[in-house]
Amino acid sequence: MLSESSSFLKGVMLGGIFYALIAMLGHIKIGHGNRMHHHEHHHLQAPNKEEILKISEDERMELSRSFRVYCIILVKPKDVSLWAAVKETWTKHCDKAEFFSSEDVKVFESVNMETNDMWLMMRKAYKYAFDKYSDQYNWFFLARPTTFAIIENLKYFLLKKDPSQPFYIGHTIKSGDLEYVSVEGGIVLSVESMKRLNSLLNIPEKCPEQGGMIWKISEDKQLAVCLKYAGVFAENAEDAEGKDVFNTKSVGLFIKEAMSSHPNQVVEGCCSDMAVTFNGLTPNQMHVMMYGVYRLRAFGHTFSDALIFLPPNGSDND
Amino acid sequence: MASKSWLNLLTFLCGSAIGFFLCSQLFSILLGEQGDTQPHILHNDPHARHSEDNGQNQLEGQMNFNADSSQHKDENTDVAENLYQKVRILCWVMTGPQNLEKKAKHVKATWAQRCNKVLFMSSEENKDFPTVGLKTKEGRDQLYWKTIKAFQYVHDHYLEDADWFMKADDDTYVVLDNLRWLLSKHSPEEPIYFGRRFKPYVKQGYMSGGAGYVLSKEALKRFIDAFKTEKCTHSSSIEDLALGKCMEVMNVEAGDSRDATGKETFHPFVPEHHLVKGYLPKTFWYWNYNYYPSVEGPGCCSDLAVSFHYVDSTTMYELEYLVYHLRAYGYLYRYQPALPENTLKEVNQVNRNEDPKVKLGNP
Repeated sequence: MLSESSSFLKGVMLGGIFYALIAMLGHIKIGHGNRMHHHEHHHLQAPNKEEILKISEDERMELSRSFRVYCIILVKPKDVSLWAAVKETWTKHCDKAEFFSSEDVKVFESVNMETNDMWLMMRKAYKYAFDKYSDQYNWFFLARPTTFAIIENLKYFLLKKDPSQPFYIGHTIKSGDLEYVSVEGGIVLSVESMKRLNSLLNIPEKCPEQGGMIWKISEDKQLAVCLKYAGVFAENAEDAEGKDVFNTKSVGLFIKEAMSSHPNQVVEGCCSDMAVTFNGLTPNQMHVMMYGVYRLRAFGHTFSDALIFLPPNGSDND
Repeated sequence: MASKSWLNLLTFLCGSAIGFFLCSQLFSILLGEQGDTQPHILHNDPHARHSEDNGQNQLEGQMNFNADSSQHKDENTDVAENLYQKVRILCWVMTGPQNLEKKAKHVKATWAQRCNKVLFMSSEENKDFPTVGLKTKEGRDQLYWKTIKAFQYVHDHYLEDADWFMKADDDTYVVLDNLRWLLSKHSPEEPIYFGRRFKPYVKQGYMSGGAGYVLSKEALKRFIDAFKTEKCTHSSSIEDLALGKCMEVMNVEAGDSRDATGKETFHPFVPEHHLVKGYLPKTFWYWNYNYYPSVEGPGCCSDLAVSFHYVDSTTMYELEYLVYHLRAYGYLYRYQPALPENTLKEVNQVNRNEDPKVKLGNP
């Protein structure tokens, strides 16, 4: 009995030490660049309404055209039905949208990244986009095909934000000391951030291709680590009421949660009126969102907006 | 002994697994705390500035301590309000005691508030909800009888309080603003009614019950009169068909509720079932019932849709969010319906003294 309990205790100790070692190693890898400074949760807000009304009508069209958003959608063959839905819906509102896939898929056109690893795909896609388009687009939006995005609301959010500054925006999550933008809510980088990122991609100490030592670190975290070295920090995007504008859940899920947590204020407590992204949608739900956002509305409710966006050519569902 | 050392090894392994697990929990707690020890006052205050901001971010928000639902501050509802006064709609919602909490509650929390007057019709009276007690039984075969009694009740108590009388189910979502736009082109003195028009059995067609239908004041008067003079029968197990037959007998016109581009406004299903090509199988009854050519895909549904049916509680709120909250900023809608002429004049009168920059924008 005694020998068993002692071997048990030895096991507990060893298991504990073993874990501690692993955690330390992993932590050191991630937390390395953290000595730079402590910063709290960063929040970014949508523009202020009073300032918008001061913009003259002539300036509105020009201002609207000054935002050029390039959309990167990372896909794999298994995403085919979502890929189709995304292609037919919201990506038509990007100034340019390209699909980056792990391999060639016969049904759809894509840029082949020739790798199954999400982080490698992401790096290569960012490099490709920067090399080819850094002079034509000032904002770069990356998403998975499970995400639905409203690019007009993204442009509104970016109003008054200078793309020559290092912006890295989305739905942020804190993991220990690292604050990163979740890929599920969509990642927004200004052209300056793209520049800085691309200068580091060749430096394996700063931006390794294989981040975690023991187990894999998700690609969105790896991106954050890399960007941190370049002095680019994640910022959470919120509207004037403090509601997240980039969402990692679908409208339906938000509603269900609201119905149980605050049943008297379901819609009011749900989501921002200026939401940019929702995630976790089925292909059918993408079509419903397209109708719900770009068409379905209540007659007699009008808005005086600072920007004007025209419907895209050759499209019938918006 | 071999078995003893096996046992030792086993306990050792168990121990190490438990130690591993315990340590991981301990670490995550410690790391979590580390995150929390940093001042998180900023977390709850989206207006705060950051000390290490070297002026690059150009955050330009103003602190709004009188935060109302500021999302709608730049929303102009003059036209909608004008129509609310001009096109008075009384809604009555078909429900029952067992559905008050499950369904009718969500109707009450969403679109019902936009009716000029709303009544919830049940077999029994419920003073708290409140519901009107029709003193009938419940059940599918009772629907027509409930409908007759409901319209009777409305006619007897509220005839002069509204111009149009809308019937909906407790799983119907109605966009009242769009209904008013549709009806603004007609007069309540016309003998006419609107809904999703079906073609079988009735020469001029009849309106789907679930998608909801709306009677003009004249149509309501004739419907009630039909039973007094026994021109229509009380008994039927198919509510919408029976009502449609009665309308035809009483020379009430079955109206065309489609928008200016020919797209339907009243829908017997949820948006998904209409928008997604191939969702409803080709053998489905629906395809043979539509009075006008059936369309699936984006052409199914008007931008100014009036109703959807088979809407569950979650979808009720989702539709409310999509219609009245979420929008694409600055987007110039393809479909730009004309304002009713009288409304245009009245609203312009009101706006004459206001800032010319605040135009009508995109209706």
